[in-house]
Amino acid sequence: MEQFQIRIEPARPASGGRRLASLGVNASGNLELLVERSLPPGEAVFDIATAATGFRDLWEAVISDLCARLPVGGLHFSINDGGARPDVVGLRLMQGAALMEQPA
Amino acid sequence: MNAPGMNAQSDYYYEASARERAQGLLDPGSFTEFMGPQSRCLSPHLAQFNLTGAFDDGIIIGAGLLQGMPVYVAAQEGRFMGGAFGELHGAKLVGLLRAAAAHKITAVLLALDTGGVRLQEANAGEMAISEVLRAIVAARRAGVAVIALVGGRAGAFGGGGIIAASCSRIIVSGHGRISVSGPEVIETNKGVEEFDSKDRGLVWRVTGGRSRALLGGADAYVADRISAFRDAALAQIPNAPPFTLESLQAEQARLSQRLAAYGTCRDATEIWRQAGLEPPAPVADLSEADYAGLSRLPEADHDAR
Repeated sequence: MEQFQIRIEPARPASGGRRLASLGVNASGNLELLVERSLPPGEAVFDIATAATGFRDLWEAVISDLCARLPVGGLHFSINDGGARPDVVGLRLMQGAALMEQPA
Repeated sequence: MNAPGMNAQSDYYYEASARERAQGLLDPGSFTEFMGPQSRCLSPHLAQFNLTGAFDDGIIIGAGLLQGMPVYVAAQEGRFMGGAFGELHGAKLVGLLRAAAAHKITAVLLALDTGGVRLQEANAGEMAISEVLRAIVAARRAGVAVIALVGGRAGAFGGGGIIAASCSRIIVSGHGRISVSGPEVIETNKGVEEFDSKDRGLVWRVTGGRSRALLGGADAYVADRISAFRDAALAQIPNAPPFTLESLQAEQARLSQRLAAYGTCRDATEIWRQAGLEPPAPVADLSEADYAGLSRLPEADHDAR
């Protein structure tokens, strides 16, 4: 297992009003994602616990891709990963960010 | 109320996550989760083994309404570590059952999806199962109907099978399996002649939901739909037997009779023949409609458990 935190300063704050979203399961090739609206609008934090060690570069690439596509300022992403592939990680992050765009 | 997760829900029970099952069993929008993922109840044991955990430790608990009636619900996530019981996972369920007894809640829906004890938590997991059993007995004694629902990929095995058997009523789908030792465990310990775990037909004839329901090992059979489990729970709650010395004695007598009548049978089809009934076509091959037309064993309907 490897644990690390990635902090970014997104250009745009997340829209919507939802406080919390939870999706996915920590199973082989899948991941559990918890998204909370708990940070200042200029910040986003990704706390990652992953079963696959040595892939921080890939995580950073997938997260920067997400931040280029969607406004995520103010969101705290917490992940329990069971070795999901980058495309699954990207999909889950997009799902989570999309859920947070819903009204409160 | 919090309702994390995607909104577009299908009604398939087997495919649904634990949280989707908990929400879908109850009246729309009525589910309130206790100790949800934001409380970050991760297992301290898994971390010691350098394993990633789950924010709810693999079990969703909460309260809601079932056709307007206040009930509690617990749902295990069978995809996280096979839905296995760890210390925290078990403690959440024990707490829910104790609260149900204290508040005289009419029913607890217990959506089991578990292989039993989480191996990494060995003794703590075994103790969790024991505490759950004790809490079910106490809740039933206080008049709470505890309804087991089995239809997930992990089934109800190991201590989960014992927990199912201690509930007031058991509802199962064709995907559900109930047993204590799993097929591979039996074969490993007693040899292939005792039980061939690679014979999938045998495994399902013995442990599968359709056989369990026909032989009285489950009290109701439903199609693989969350709404079907919900309807069956509504029907079973008023039928839940009281937990008294008399009901225990009736259950003991029922099981003794079963052992005497079918104890030498090595397959579900032999039980069928022994009961003097025409052995059905391979039960797993029947459509839901044809299966529904089969008659259960005469003693499958009972007031015990």
